Amino acid sequence: MSHLVSIDNVDMRYGGADGTLAVSGLSLKVGKGEFAAVVGPSGCGKSTLMKLVTGLHIPQSGAVVVAGKQVTQPVSIVGMAFQNPTMLPWRTTLDNILLPLEIVERHRHRLRAHRREYVEKAEHLLETVGLKGFGSKYPWQLSGGMQQRANLCRALIHEPELLMLDEPFGALDAFTREELWCVIRDLHAAQGVTIVLVTHDLREATFLADRIFVMSARPGKVLKEHVVPFARPRELDVMYEKGFNDMVHELHGEIASARVAA
Amino acid sequence: MSAMTENAAVSTASQKPLIARVNWVKLAPWLYTIALFAAWELLVIVLQTSPTVLPAPSRVFGAVAQYWSPIWKNSLQTLYTTTLGFAIAVVAGLALGILVGWSKAIYAGLYPLMVGFNAIPKVALVPILVIWYGIGTIPAVLTAFLISFFPIVVNVATGLATIEPETEDVLRALGAKKMDILLKVGIPRSMPYFFGSLKIAITLAFVGSVVSETVAANYGLGNMMSSAQSQFNVPLVFAGLLALAVEGIAMYALMAWIERRMTGWAHRSSMSH
Repeated sequence: MSHLVSIDNVDMRYGGADGTLAVSGLSLKVGKGEFAAVVGPSGCGKSTLMKLVTGLHIPQSGAVVVAGKQVTQPVSIVGMAFQNPTMLPWRTTLDNILLPLEIVERHRHRLRAHRREYVEKAEHLLETVGLKGFGSKYPWQLSGGMQQRANLCRALIHEPELLMLDEPFGALDAFTREELWCVIRDLHAAQGVTIVLVTHDLREATFLADRIFVMSARPGKVLKEHVVPFARPRELDVMYEKGFNDMVHELHGEIASARVAA
Repeated sequence: MSAMTENAAVSTASQKPLIARVNWVKLAPWLYTIALFAAWELLVIVLQTSPTVLPAPSRVFGAVAQYWSPIWKNSLQTLYTTTLGFAIAVVAGLALGILVGWSKAIYAGLYPLMVGFNAIPKVALVPILVIWYGIGTIPAVLTAFLISFFPIVVNVATGLATIEPETEDVLRALGAKKMDILLKVGIPRSMPYFFGSLKIAITLAFVGSVVSETVAANYGLGNMMSSAQSQFNVPLVFAGLLALAVEGIAMYALMAWIERRMTGWAHRSSMSH
């Protein structure tokens, strides 16, 4: 399997030579089309990982390679979604979703001439996440869960090869969260996109991912790597199987001891 | 209590009584204004104050009718100097606000200067403006501009400085340049701050122009009031104040209307963050 993301022995320090060391000796590899989850105690540098992969931060030492190229500047083949949906309130949901196309180099010059084609694509995405017909609504007319669905559409509109999710479901209630797990599961299955999910929720990681990386406390590095054995497509019922609970339990134990070690 | 229940019963029946059909909230501004003038009139009658100290509203309205032509002309002059100074402040304030919000270095450099400049009472600048431009329209326009400029700059810069870091990250990861973020996010986002500041700025602009007209002008409400005062024509002074209040309310209402029209999204929303 070829690797889409490969992080090799990376150090990242904030704020000059004696600033905080956020990650140290961080290495991980994510294969093309894979669904990877990153879990760990809080402050373990999960957000730093996001920024390293997307090229928002360049590490002081080590190498970050995405799609065969060393990352030295923002890479536009990545889509991002955060816990805060950050929809722009003066744009309709559809216009919010089209926003990345106004930025990304290979789309921005085509957007005006091919608007209809792009709008169709956005509407198709809205339909996939269960927001059909909501494109003309403003984001503040949508509920939190609906905004997060729209946020996923925005992250996917420019057909990124890699989707980086930073606790996208953290602020939602349990039922909405499970619904969105299924949405993201289906998106991954249908679009073949590679996904890296950073999360605190171990059940979420176990339900969605092919592989789970457990990170240490700051300075963060990968302590352990788990392959999730459950067959796809997974139904929510899998969460009530013994194997699933054992895995969550094991992850929980590892993170608890990483916290103590810190 | 029984009257109230009776009212309720009647209103549910067929025809609401007059008292229930009145929209009190809509009527309140008018009622309160009338009440203010009535209380004022009453106070003057009870205390028997001389018209050279506190003229009754009836005297003031009499003066408005009597001196209608000079009041009208001077009001137009003051409105002209105020709106011109305000218009310059809007353009310059928006431009400088975007500049200050654009770069941290420019912000750090200009901010103490602007605070210091804003701390200077603008009336102290009028004599200098008179040396440069002579008495009349230009010092009034410039004073209105100088006094109303600051809140616009600060508000626009605040709007730009408070962009959510996540929004910036999402766009920068896609390869957005600083200019893209300014155009797509920064400027639209600072518009509610900008339009909000216009209401403050227009009120201040009146202060500036009237101060300047009072000190150094041959026209305008400020000049009219100061010459009326020197002739002990106190009802005319109050008539001038009334004209200023009317102009102020009208311009404020205009700004509030523009604000609602331009940035409705910021008011209707229960923005979640």
